[in-house]
Amino acid sequence: MALTDSELKNLKEKAAQLRKDIIDVTFWAGGAHIGGALSMVEIITILYYKYMKIDPENPDWEERDRFVLSKGHAGVGLAPMLANVGFFDKEILKTFNKFNSPFGMHLDSLKVRGLDASTGSLGHGLSMALGMALAARVKNLNYKTYCLLGDGELNEGSNWEAMMAASHYKTTNLIPIVDYNKHMIDGRVEEVMSLEPLDKKWEAFGFEVLKVDGHNFIELDKALEKAVSAVEKPVVIIANTIKGKGVDFMEDETKWHYGSIDSIAWEKAKASVKVDL
Amino acid sequence: MAKEILGTTWTVYDADTLTQAEIYGKVLTELGEKHKDIVALTADLAKSTKIGKFNEVFPERFFNVGIAEQNLFGVAAGMAKAGLLPVVSTMATFASMRAAEQVRTDICYQNLNVKIIATHAGVSFGAAGSTHHCLEDLSIMRAFPNMTVIVPADGIETANAVKAAIEEHKGPVYIRIGRGFEPPYYKNDDYGFEIGKAVKLREGTDITIIATGVTVLQAVEAADFLKENDGISVEVINMHTIKPIDRQAVLDAVNNSRRILTVEEHNIM
Repeated sequence: MALTDSELKNLKEKAAQLRKDIIDVTFWAGGAHIGGALSMVEIITILYYKYMKIDPENPDWEERDRFVLSKGHAGVGLAPMLANVGFFDKEILKTFNKFNSPFGMHLDSLKVRGLDASTGSLGHGLSMALGMALAARVKNLNYKTYCLLGDGELNEGSNWEAMMAASHYKTTNLIPIVDYNKHMIDGRVEEVMSLEPLDKKWEAFGFEVLKVDGHNFIELDKALEKAVSAVEKPVVIIANTIKGKGVDFMEDETKWHYGSIDSIAWEKAKASVKVDL
Repeated sequence: MAKEILGTTWTVYDADTLTQAEIYGKVLTELGEKHKDIVALTADLAKSTKIGKFNEVFPERFFNVGIAEQNLFGVAAGMAKAGLLPVVSTMATFASMRAAEQVRTDICYQNLNVKIIATHAGVSFGAAGSTHHCLEDLSIMRAFPNMTVIVPADGIETANAVKAAIEEHKGPVYIRIGRGFEPPYYKNDDYGFEIGKAVKLREGTDITIIATGVTVLQAVEAADFLKENDGISVEVINMHTIKPIDRQAVLDAVNNSRRILTVEEHNIM
């Protein structure tokens, strides 16, 4: 079902709220991977509010959909999302990155309620997500496993091992999404280690590729609808995004891969977040 | 032809004609019948590691991911996270080094119920050359949190270790076996195998040999030789579990003989 106007409005409001939360947590934490957290906001917003079957009262529910944040450094984006859908109180995020906090920059599944996998070392998430997808098949369960990958992360060879296996096993219940924000720590992706033609590479590894504007809910929705009903071969969604999206002075700037903000920048960043992008 | 003999808890196999790995393959298949959550994984070594036996009976629960060890252990972690009990086999050198980070971060840090049965350890595949030797794995695996490390003395002890790892222990376990042509020590399986508890094989008062894995048989032979030819009384301990080590057994040996010799197919650097 296509998004209704009120659903769209709701998603946009949730996304704007999440952006403000990410800015807050980055400020409280004294620094975080804010650029890549802001670029994935629409992707995880539509997953958690429209597509994923989850039960925050019962985080280990066997039939729930799974989400693996393979670009684990963007934990500063996922943690407030998990709070917003009800896994824990957002107040606890004031401890983010602090000594004795359950929240490090890269989230730990043994400590964070509602988190399906610990990630942070790049190139691990897709394999774990594939394991969850294959487990659904063995257990005859209908859940989906979504895996959000970074673009720079795709330099890791292990991803391509997992892709090869996913198309071999035809795991249409595994839905990888690439947050293609075009920046990595040392610069632009195409300058550090070129990925293009990225769509052809996924295709060659056996995937149907859908390319969307990763900040456009209508495009994301259409692609996800197609991906969840795939039967022949798995679908990957390549979401073209902007690093730092939604905060004017952070957009498309490599230096905001990881950054800290003072109280002035904090106010400025929050003021620049708009509901309608 | 392999001759089956009846053990106390299940049927063990004639250790003189079946290799360590073959016994493992058979035991795993028997356990697969009983535990429907067991899945078996390998990386193009189904035949060499004998985990392929499982595939003959449970093809829908068997996954050969090709020559891709990082993906192998990542997939196992995801399966365990989703409630399955993955048993993963590849050669020790690849399990402990090629995929070390997946084993540490995905499996051990998340304390997942994955059992790794690593074959061709030590210099058991000597003729293959140094790329296929593995004299580092015990140090590497021992350092990973939550990991239990077992080095069975022979095929029968491998059967005991696999059964205990699956039925009596929740969490990651690394079981290290050879290529399979090592002579067996045990004749039967009912000697009270327990993870973390060493087994005394010879009483002695002059010196204690603590051995593990394939060196257990050699230690016993050495003890018997020394007793017969030199009148030296040698205590022999089979330290099949390297982590957690049986601390009390070591302290008792210190009290008993005051001289300890350790023997392992590994390096001590």
